[in-house]
Amino acid sequence: MISIFPSLLSGAIITLKLLIVSMFFGLIIGLFFAILRINKNPIINKFAYGYSYFFRGTPLLVQLYLIYYGLANIEFLRNSFFWVIIKEPYWCAIIAFSLNTGAYTSEILRSAFQTIKKGYIEAAQSLGVTKKITFYRIQLPIAIKQSLPAYGNEIILMLKGTSLASVITIMDLMGEARKVNVLTFKPFEAFITAGIIYLFITFIIHKAIKLLEKKYIYQ
Amino acid sequence: MELLSFGDTGWGDELFFATLMTIAVSIAAMAIGFLFALIFTPLKLSKKKSLNIIGNCYTTIIRGVPELLVIYLLFFGGTGAAMYVASIFGYDGYIEINAFITGALAIGVISGAYSTEVFRGAILSIDKGQFEASKVLGIKKGIQFYKIILPQMLRLAIPNLSNVWQIALKDTSLISVTGLVEIMRQSYIAAGSTRDPLFFYSVAAILYLILTFLSMKLINKLEIKYSKGY
Repeated sequence: MISIFPSLLSGAIITLKLLIVSMFFGLIIGLFFAILRINKNPIINKFAYGYSYFFRGTPLLVQLYLIYYGLANIEFLRNSFFWVIIKEPYWCAIIAFSLNTGAYTSEILRSAFQTIKKGYIEAAQSLGVTKKITFYRIQLPIAIKQSLPAYGNEIILMLKGTSLASVITIMDLMGEARKVNVLTFKPFEAFITAGIIYLFITFIIHKAIKLLEKKYIYQ
Repeated sequence: MELLSFGDTGWGDELFFATLMTIAVSIAAMAIGFLFALIFTPLKLSKKKSLNIIGNCYTTIIRGVPELLVIYLLFFGGTGAAMYVASIFGYDGYIEINAFITGALAIGVISGAYSTEVFRGAILSIDKGQFEASKVLGIKKGIQFYKIILPQMLRLAIPNLSNVWQIALKDTSLISVTGLVEIMRQSYIAAGSTRDPLFFYSVAAILYLILTFLSMKLINKLEIKYSKGY
């Protein structure tokens, strides 16, 4: 069990890299689409809804395959500069995970925006605060604080999602565990050790979010 | 469109049966999940500390570990474990566990953890007065559960169970790694032999969207049925 630990740890670092990078892009995408969702224009609104419906209604594996195998099929993408990015499984995984978590994040933020009391916005308006400042200084901070618990869950779901990267040849924690299983024919050792490492990461994320919640959440 | 025709030239019929397989695995997994929830919800609600820990361990571990890991563990480990158990009884041949059973069991164990949480939450949110009133009226514990607690619990649990169902439905795509021919595996085969992955994975995405959409509609109807009188 100890001999397989180093290779699993090197996989865990890749898992964490995948998680952090895709959570970063996912947050930007999610915020962008959440703002589109609360827009009153029906076309913009429907577009953002369609995006989140597609990514929440299909399995992550389908999205990953569509990007990894599917995009390479488009002639003009293959000849363009994007080919540098989409020929790498690592970046394909990042794109798929970011778009997926972006859809869930947009839903979390949207519901947070919609539960903000109207009084706050009205108070800001009556004080003559411009719309832009109301959004950045009042709506956004409240929405972020309110969505913290749900976002913590999303991070853990995404951590579990990154294990799919192993299917497209990335040697993350799951990929390393598979390799150990194939080399040693000891499935229990390989997968249970990997499971313990996953649980440990989940535990750390859980605790960190709990700390943030304590610090920031409003009652 | 020709690629999707039924018969020998197209992949329509294959994809159709694959979709049925996805539905079948999801339903089997959901049923197995309910069985697990039936065992672990009382443990989680129990006042005994030791039973409580067992229940908490189950839900925490399963919800903290990737679905793929559970599937691999059962797929690679299941055969070994089954052969070990069989060898105790004196059977030394090779045993291969059916991919359908492995898949349904794996997704069932996962959805069971989510169902347990849902049931626990639903029971906890039932008014205490309901338990006390039925006790005062001298209703037996079993009847109390089936006639009083369960109907109220279901009403509260259905919206969350619909989420669990959606998760299970999407998780079945992961069983494709074990070789069970469901939507994902079939599109993989089709994409490989026609060299048109973009088309077939788009079809797979649309099939999943249809499934989630239809199940949403169905669950909404159930929800209306169970909230009659509220």
